[in-house]
Amino acid sequence: MNQWLNQHIQPLQMVLGRMHQNLLGTVLMCCVMGVTLSLPAILFTIVDNLGQVAGGVESKPQLSLFLKLDASSSTKEAIGEQLKKHPDIAKYEFVSKESAWEQMQQNANTADISASLNKNPLPDAYFVTPKDIKPKNVQRLQKEMQQWDGVELAQVDSNWIKRLDTVLKLGKKAIFVLVALLGFALVAVIGNTIRLQIMTQLEEIEVSKLIGATNQFIRRPFLYAGTLYGLGGGLAAWLIVLAVVQLFNTSVTEIADLYASQFRLSMPNATITIAMLLSAVALGWLGSFVAVNRSLAKIEKL
Amino acid sequence: MIKFDRVSKRYPGSFDAIKNTSFEINQGDLVFVTGASGAGKSTLLKLIAGLERPTSGTVLINNQNVSQLKAAAIPYLRRNFGLIFQDHKLLYDRNCFENVALSLHINGILGEEAAKRIRAALDKVGLLSKEKSMPITLSGGEQQRLAIARAVVSRPSILIADEPTGNLDEDYATDILGFLYAFQQVGVTVIIASHELPHNIPDNMQNVVKVLHLQHGELTA
Repeated sequence: MNQWLNQHIQPLQMVLGRMHQNLLGTVLMCCVMGVTLSLPAILFTIVDNLGQVAGGVESKPQLSLFLKLDASSSTKEAIGEQLKKHPDIAKYEFVSKESAWEQMQQNANTADISASLNKNPLPDAYFVTPKDIKPKNVQRLQKEMQQWDGVELAQVDSNWIKRLDTVLKLGKKAIFVLVALLGFALVAVIGNTIRLQIMTQLEEIEVSKLIGATNQFIRRPFLYAGTLYGLGGGLAAWLIVLAVVQLFNTSVTEIADLYASQFRLSMPNATITIAMLLSAVALGWLGSFVAVNRSLAKIEKL
Repeated sequence: MIKFDRVSKRYPGSFDAIKNTSFEINQGDLVFVTGASGAGKSTLLKLIAGLERPTSGTVLINNQNVSQLKAAAIPYLRRNFGLIFQDHKLLYDRNCFENVALSLHINGILGEEAAKRIRAALDKVGLLSKEKSMPITLSGGEQQRLAIARAVVSRPSILIADEPTGNLDEDYATDILGFLYAFQQVGVTVIIASHELPHNIPDNMQNVVKVLHLQHGELTA
């Protein structure tokens, strides 16, 4: 146990010592990783926050049935009956053109408009809430109602929510692609750094192999170096994201105040932070593992 | 302990460096591998130490067939040997103490126990006062002694030295050989490659000396 522990502490101390000796290089390396990792993390924070804005809006789709202006009262009643009997409808509400007109005149925002009109332009309307709110079902219902006698227009109110949802999904896909590409870049960058370190320590590796060092023994310090670079890069990325969110928030606050909203960009939560750190560490380890294995294979051929 | 049976070694695109060689080395032997440059001395030592695998024939080390060993087992085989190279193969980015420490570190020995053994090994070759010196500041003879300290600190059962006195003058050479003989006296098998048989082998060791003389890759009696 003690020996096992020593075999890990000793290379770790050695690597930390070397990093300390070459502090500037180590810091630069962590910065490169930090900047690279922070790009998708910032994008994620933005998309995640927009998603929260969208989630805050009542996203239950409602169907509005605007009736023809010349629809007779019997047609209105017939539609009311149809809605009542329809199995897919949770509830519905009738708003007559008179009450809508009244509302419009009372509403401060629209009173001016109504005052400039000399006759009521509004149609009678039914507001329908469907039982099943899956977009496909709502759309089918909308098409069906559009065909009904006396209906001028059947309109789904939640279209813009769906559009925003689609855009956010696209954003998430973009993040995924970005993460994959930048992850590959990081593996390459770390792999190359470790490869250069191996070249400077080629003599040590050769001598170690000659006097009976196992491949694990030779690999260990380089794997620790890669992992530490990953950890440093992950922490740098986290700090960058915090700084960027803080910076954005001063402007976001101004804009949100103009809209009388309490909206603020939220800091990355614990899950995201841990995921970011872990993936950075994993990428660092992977990069050094690939580099050190390739070098070992090359040395063995000599 | 080491047994060669009709061993040949051919490097790719080259002639046979070792041809059809059979011999046996026992525990505690003092073996000299002699021959002109290019006769195959270094190749023979590499085969003995498990640094190379034979092209044909079998090499048995402690009853293990080297050809059949898995790659992962080779490092453990090598730990039976203390290797001393003609060009020392010291690491010039660390001091004497740390050079010797490498041998123990790969065996997982660290800390106080390692320090004790490193100082004992340095003391044995007369370099205890220079443990903090960098190898580049040592003379040729001292560097070779440091290489011996590194080879013996892990207490190998076989010591192999490839032309350990090749670049040294007479006095230093006698010095180095003396150290190697001392290890043979405590039961270590010592194998030395050398241009020719040294003429100053102590009388009390004459009867344990074994000579493998190589000519164009073949053993001559």
